[in-house]
Amino acid sequence: MGPLSATFTRLYGPRGWLMLALFGSVLFVVFPVFNLVVPPDSPFHISAYWVTLIGKIMCYGMVALAMDLIWGYTGILSLGHGLFFALGGYAFGMYLMRQIGADGQYRVNMPDFMVFLDWKEFPWHWWNSDQFWWSALLVVLVPGLLAFVFGYFAFRSRVKGVYFSIITQALTYAAMLAFFRNAMGFGGNNGFTDFKRILGIPITTPETRMALFAITGLALIATLLLGRYIVTSKFGRILTAIRDAESRVMASGYDTLWYKLFIWTLSAVICGIAGALYVPQVGIINPSEMSPANSIEIAIWVAVGGRGTLVGALLGAGIVNGAKSWFTVAFPEYWLFFLGLIFILVTLFMPDGVVGAFRQLRDKVRMRKSAPVLADTPS
Amino acid sequence: MSVLPEDPQRGGAEAPASAYGRIAGAGVDTTHRAILYLEDITVSFDGFKALNRLTLTIDSGELRCIIGPNGAGKTTMMDVITGRTRPDTGTAYFGQTIDLTLLTEAEIAHAGIGRKFQKPTVFEQHTVFENLELAMKTDKRARHSLFAQLGSVERDKIAATLDLIRLSNAAGRLAGTLSHGQKQWLEIGMLLMQEPQLLLLDEPVAGMTDEETERTVELLHELNGKHSIVVVEHDMDFVARIANTVTVLHEGGVLAEGPMNAVQQDPRVIEVYLGR
Repeated sequence: MGPLSATFTRLYGPRGWLMLALFGSVLFVVFPVFNLVVPPDSPFHISAYWVTLIGKIMCYGMVALAMDLIWGYTGILSLGHGLFFALGGYAFGMYLMRQIGADGQYRVNMPDFMVFLDWKEFPWHWWNSDQFWWSALLVVLVPGLLAFVFGYFAFRSRVKGVYFSIITQALTYAAMLAFFRNAMGFGGNNGFTDFKRILGIPITTPETRMALFAITGLALIATLLLGRYIVTSKFGRILTAIRDAESRVMASGYDTLWYKLFIWTLSAVICGIAGALYVPQVGIINPSEMSPANSIEIAIWVAVGGRGTLVGALLGAGIVNGAKSWFTVAFPEYWLFFLGLIFILVTLFMPDGVVGAFRQLRDKVRMRKSAPVLADTPS
Repeated sequence: MSVLPEDPQRGGAEAPASAYGRIAGAGVDTTHRAILYLEDITVSFDGFKALNRLTLTIDSGELRCIIGPNGAGKTTMMDVITGRTRPDTGTAYFGQTIDLTLLTEAEIAHAGIGRKFQKPTVFEQHTVFENLELAMKTDKRARHSLFAQLGSVERDKIAATLDLIRLSNAAGRLAGTLSHGQKQWLEIGMLLMQEPQLLLLDEPVAGMTDEETERTVELLHELNGKHSIVVVEHDMDFVARIANTVTVLHEGGVLAEGPMNAVQQDPRVIEVYLGR
């Protein structure tokens, strides 16, 4: 067996790949066909609302995967992941703002909020922001560098547990307050919106929307496979060992700083990319994305789905956000109460989330069916 | 003779694959017989002297037991050797040339000192096999671990250690499901996978059944002569069965040293420890 096929079987078994293929065909065949080809008056037509909603949830799914890598597998709870998501969104939003060109309210080749502030020139950090490649680079570099520098100092000083969580929470809150200021040059509390084009193509056409949807689907699947590659490697086993007994890992001769720093930075970069995919689909980015509540919600998705399972993180993001989009329409004022209730119920009755509960059920059925299952030795 | 590899983090990446049967490997110079020198070590915590001018030498290949009443400084001594605690004064040398007071915990582990903690700490959510895999001496830098694959040499090493610690039948079990005694052995096995020149065992039979203690005595006899071993233990029967030389610590210093029966006759020892 070649190394490539060995990697394939390591990532998922036949059933796992089949599920992934099914998921892929829904994203890349069913959605395009039933959205673009089937006429809007047909009962089988998938409306733009659904395309945008699922596209948005897939971005959240990427964030949940990133959160699971750092929290579920490594045991480091970040309550500031919304910041990395928003930074990726802002970095790409700058490019989208430049693509508006002179089609804004003031008919000037400058974003409206800058004209409103009576600015004559772009501030320094908007340099090159009309270039797609430059913005795409910033989407990765800004969250990545921030996470690397912050993580280096935090992990080197052995900041752990709840202290780390509180500091990350403070970080995203501080960033939100900064982005609210008009002088920052990011549109203040309105942020960026009213996008017209991407790569010169109109952004609201069904075709562009579907292309963004498909790219997000690809990014999501790539993130899932990358995460799976990491957690099934020796590196991944060391991450879990750090979560369970870090002092033993160090006594075994591992410098845990670089392990934590790598996964932390990667997690932030994934969030940044998810944010960049989110903004053109949803059409707005503003500082409320950095609010502490948003980052806490990310942790709830992962807790609901099941920590340390990857697929659980995806499920959690889907379940909670699906419920949210229905709830905020049906009973808008009760959503936060409901979210809190889900969190309490999951913590009490499903400590391992939906995936954990499912596994328990499966094991029970198996136990009843057959004699004790022998643990298989690794081959 | 250059002693430390240029980069201690690299560990045994370039070192030839060898069984862990060797007494002294590339890293440590034991030409003067001794593998560990502690001289005049003092450690104080808020004025309390946990170690008071402790001087101790361990020979290469020796199995040494260290006993002493609570607070005698046994665990602090282990902490100094493994880099967890820095001494206020004194010198600690591994072999002739490695100054332990200058190295980090991970560097000391790579230099060849393995430590078993008092409370068994294994990776409970990993299988027994994976526990040994993670402990195995190899390149332990992050970028290497991302692409590391187990070869047949490594598998054989793990299998040999599983045999030695009598856990071959439990290779696929989660370490968290092992009995207390099995966890202790697994931890000793993990230390052996690091191919240490010096093994530090902190109360290896604490909480074990008689049968498990028996098995541990056998295990230590098997290891004796292949590794230099320091055992800290309260259980006198156990110490009497494994030790050649016993060191009695008291109030941070050495009270007596010698064969077990000689130490047991020593009136000072009887007074502070054995007599009670």
